Amino acid sequence: MNVTKDDMKNVAMLSRLSVPDNEAAKYMEQLGNFLEYVENLKGVDTDDVEPTTYALPMENVFRDDVVRPSLPRDAALSNAPLKEDGYFKVPRVLEE
Amino acid sequence: MALYDKPAHVLHEMLAKKEISSVELTEDVLARMDKVEKSIGAYITVTRDDALRTAEETDKKISSGEEISFLEGIPCGIKDNICTNGIKTTCASKILENFVPPYDATVITKLKQEKPVIIGKTNLDEFAMGGSTENSAFHATHNPWNIDCVPGGSSGGSAAAVASGSAIWALGSDTGGSIRQPASFCGVVGMKPTYGRVSRYGLVAYASSLDQIGPITRDVTDCANILNIISGHDDMDSTSSAADVPDYTKSLVADVKGLKIGMPKEYFIDGIDEDINNAVRKAIDELKAMGADVKEISLPHTAYAIATYYLIAPAEAATNLERYDGVSYGERVDGADVVDMMKNTRTQKFGDEVKRRIMIGNYALSAGYYDAYYLKALKVRTLIQRDYTEAFKDVDVIACPTAPTPAYKIGEMIDDPLKMYLQDVCTVPLNLAGLPGISVPCGYSSNGMPIGLQIIGRPLGEETVIRAAYAYEQSQNFHNDMAKIGGVDA
Repeated sequence: MNVTKDDMKNVAMLSRLSVPDNEAAKYMEQLGNFLEYVENLKGVDTDDVEPTTYALPMENVFRDDVVRPSLPRDAALSNAPLKEDGYFKVPRVLEE
Repeated sequence: MALYDKPAHVLHEMLAKKEISSVELTEDVLARMDKVEKSIGAYITVTRDDALRTAEETDKKISSGEEISFLEGIPCGIKDNICTNGIKTTCASKILENFVPPYDATVITKLKQEKPVIIGKTNLDEFAMGGSTENSAFHATHNPWNIDCVPGGSSGGSAAAVASGSAIWALGSDTGGSIRQPASFCGVVGMKPTYGRVSRYGLVAYASSLDQIGPITRDVTDCANILNIISGHDDMDSTSSAADVPDYTKSLVADVKGLKIGMPKEYFIDGIDEDINNAVRKAIDELKAMGADVKEISLPHTAYAIATYYLIAPAEAATNLERYDGVSYGERVDGADVVDMMKNTRTQKFGDEVKRRIMIGNYALSAGYYDAYYLKALKVRTLIQRDYTEAFKDVDVIACPTAPTPAYKIGEMIDDPLKMYLQDVCTVPLNLAGLPGISVPCGYSSNGMPIGLQIIGRPLGEETVIRAAYAYEQSQNFHNDMAKIGGVDA
């Protein structure tokens, strides 16, 4: 199956990855081979078959809405690449 | 006398009878690690000082006459995608190279009540994506039976540590075979419990509807004992099963009289390695000779399992790995703006296989393709599960190979991702159906590499799986064989 350059661009954008031109061909070929392989699913009759997202029968799980201890802020921030005044720090998002 | 080559239940008895001390045992395993680790590379992080400190505590307890629990004082390895409070948990990824979890996974909390000696965090394919442990961002792990071969994966570090004597037992995780296949490649026992049997809280998520933690051990007895400790419902994982945890050691009974065993014809197909075919059939004959009823069964949708798995798992992975955005934890690579920063971080810090799966996943989930790929795969998943439901109306367990080939050479498949994916044909269907499965050693290929027999059970049917595995194991001597490591052991 043919994966176009636009497909590749779109999927890289959705994945927040940069795919340099010299690598794009390799990924397009590998993705194409993979998609060709999964074509075999098209031959399976799945009319009237419900999708399975979890293997075991699972209902919504509820619990009481009570305050419980959670990670202290310092611990939650302990792996932050950049922090300031108890917050995660990121590059500016809003325009001035 | 070497101690590193013994299973936990033997060492536990020796500790309890004061024949050995935990420090002695821990030092023996650490010395073995020092000797073999250069050739094997099973570990990412070694926690030598903590290990010896825990061992000393165990010895104090023993000398004061207190009773010790089963795993107490016994050295183990933990796959490096299971969070350990204060100990680096990297997932073998550059993006988590310096990540130190501020909490323990539920399995670790449960284990710590038993006070095992954790001697380190074991290597894996980055984020558990792979079947050879070659996709680790840090180093490849080598198979103790032939260091030119892969140990399997993704729990290749855990399996190689147990097989080489640099751990007595280990924890792994299994999303599409990642416990059973390396156990098979390394000649040890590996079990994937039923989905939800063991809490996933603190296991770094790859594909949440498939991931499951389980033990890698020298024998089935250790496996049953460890399963007792790690199983059970957890409020922190709402997908964990509320079913009672039976005492799995009660299933350590070498009796399969009347047990109905199904042999799925789709698992003994052309193209399966001849040595595997022979060894697994011989193992099933052995069970038959012990009184089991063996019949051929059919799981007609087996041929679709790999395509189904490699759409669902990457789709879930693409979603789960969105969190590595350089903001709250993990590495960050700066950029002109916030999106640029995220893109640079992910592009520079994820390895090729992880990127490939994220892109496959996002492709399968993207507008215009969702119904054709992702939704279709979820429906075929239903059919694969139904195959098993039907089969288990007639049989108690299913027996088949764990992998279609023995361990292959390092580098042999790395450039052909699809070929590597096809290796998972015997293991992924269980994850899709949520079923428990064990791999037990059942012989060797003509070039001396271990072969695994896979036994599959009904949902929450671990007891029957353990009974069949134990009965087979006890009829053989494979579980007592230790790998002779080239260049290290004479």
